[in-house]
Amino acid sequence: MNMKIKGPVIKFGNNVDTDVILPGKYLTLVDPHELAKHALESVDTDFPQKAKKGVVVVGGKNFGCGSSREQAPLALKYAGVKCVLAESFARIFFRNAINIGLPVIECKGISAAVETGDELAVDFEAGKVENVSNGKKFQVEKLPPFILEILADGGLIENLRRRMNKK
Amino acid sequence: MIEKRIKMNITEKILAKASGKKEVHPGEIIDASVDMVMVHDLTGPLAVEAFNKIGVQKVWDSQKAVVILDHQVPAESVKAAELHKMMRQFAKDQNIRIYDVGRGGVCHQVMPEKGHVVPGTLIVGADSHTCTYGAFGAFATGIGSTEAASVLATGKIWLRVPEAIKVNVTGRFPKYVTPKDLILSIIGRVSVEGAIYESAEFTGPTIKDMSISGRMTLCNMAVEMGAKNGIIEPDEITRKFLEGRVKILPDFEALRSDKDAVYRRTLDFDVSKMEPQIACPSSVDNVKPVSEVGNVPIEQAFIGSCTNGRIEDLRLAAQVMRGRRVKDGVRALVIPASQEVYKQALDEGLMEVFTDAGAMVCGSACGPCLGGHIGLLAANEVCVSTSNRNFIGRMGSTQASVYLASPATVAASAVTGKITDPRKLETKQ
Repeated sequence: MNMKIKGPVIKFGNNVDTDVILPGKYLTLVDPHELAKHALESVDTDFPQKAKKGVVVVGGKNFGCGSSREQAPLALKYAGVKCVLAESFARIFFRNAINIGLPVIECKGISAAVETGDELAVDFEAGKVENVSNGKKFQVEKLPPFILEILADGGLIENLRRRMNKK
Repeated sequence: MIEKRIKMNITEKILAKASGKKEVHPGEIIDASVDMVMVHDLTGPLAVEAFNKIGVQKVWDSQKAVVILDHQVPAESVKAAELHKMMRQFAKDQNIRIYDVGRGGVCHQVMPEKGHVVPGTLIVGADSHTCTYGAFGAFATGIGSTEAASVLATGKIWLRVPEAIKVNVTGRFPKYVTPKDLILSIIGRVSVEGAIYESAEFTGPTIKDMSISGRMTLCNMAVEMGAKNGIIEPDEITRKFLEGRVKILPDFEALRSDKDAVYRRTLDFDVSKMEPQIACPSSVDNVKPVSEVGNVPIEQAFIGSCTNGRIEDLRLAAQVMRGRRVKDGVRALVIPASQEVYKQALDEGLMEVFTDAGAMVCGSACGPCLGGHIGLLAANEVCVSTSNRNFIGRMGSTQASVYLASPATVAASAVTGKITDPRKLETKQ
């Protein structure tokens, strides 16, 4: 994974839950590309279309709250979401996203500093976030090295395979 | 020489033991050994796929993993049937215990009933309501499918030791006010993100007197305020429930929070003057007394789920519905949380009460709670439910509304056809 990401923002509010990210009725779909067609459709029917070009999702507080369904971050990743930034994350979503190789980072104050359509640049290793459109910059708490490693490997399974083979 | 020892709460004590340390501190990241992992029919298949990619042949310990089919049982589609088949095969190949259709019920009810929850252990489950097992003094938290695969392969998980909040509860519950009303009231005050990453420890005289069923309702919904786990110190009530289910019970003394253990904050609740509570659409913290919601007609009433599908809940609902009829135009669904609860309800004559009232009793499973199987809602319909989430689209149409309340409130609402404070229903003469 490239630890520097740049893309246009699609912004959401607080408490975006996993039922909204991917409703329960789609949980029998196994192909992540099929899941992606329904990502966030309950709040924005055009989201899957808009995300195709590669976007950065910005959320408010408690992004990804609710169910532990990993299909939620999977749907976002395969829809074209390059990374998710939020004021805070629900812990299961946060872990799930990292585990499937979707970069996520907590960034206090981000909601007020970006609008949908702004260009955002994120450097995960340096912990730097910049709204290229208006010049606002943030220094965020860096992810611990072992999490950056999981992301760099593309997810927990790839990371585990590499570590177990090393042994 | 007096050994200087850090004061720890029960969650910290369990995490210290699980990571082979004398002490742990909030914020610290630990590498912990897992005592039990659970997956179900919606999270299991992704876990199996991920497990197969890791390159190991066998799970780390087949005695420490459980598969439960509960979300879409009996299979509601060919797709679900294929996923169930996959889980049965995996369980067989790996020699893992599986609770199939008709043998178990809702995972969080089945796990303690069948003795898979032991106080003081570390349990992870690929379901967000895994935190329910904190009711037995276990550290239990929800994880995703890929992480479950990793645990199945290694028996290990990294965890950040959470800061703790203490919820101190006093007073006696008035009639028709239940632990569900208490937890809704707590979430209403704390908010859906107010306990994010934290451990929520429930304590105080009311908790010490509370049944296992009520404690499970509290811990079950800890995740709805963002908490990593909910937990209650195990005691004689815990012992009574687990005896005959769990082979060896640990020493409960070692699982008490130290007197001077550190909490980020303490919240006090007195239930003695509490009214029945309800979470209005579409957030679990949009809580008010039932008496303040006004005239809200309903189309569906659901009594069941891992939050409120136990025998006590069914007894309470039956007490309200006995001799009454579900209002015309309302469909009432009653789903016992497990086969054990189902049988008990049959023995006690509760099924007759529900059937006579015109309610539909369905087989033990998650049912309409997650909107993926039976009992879905159409646009503009209203459901009052004993379950745990009222998010947009949770139980079907994105234009439907879900209210969350206790079994007494849901039963009373089913009878009157609108959201009703159970205390307002006159006792049947």
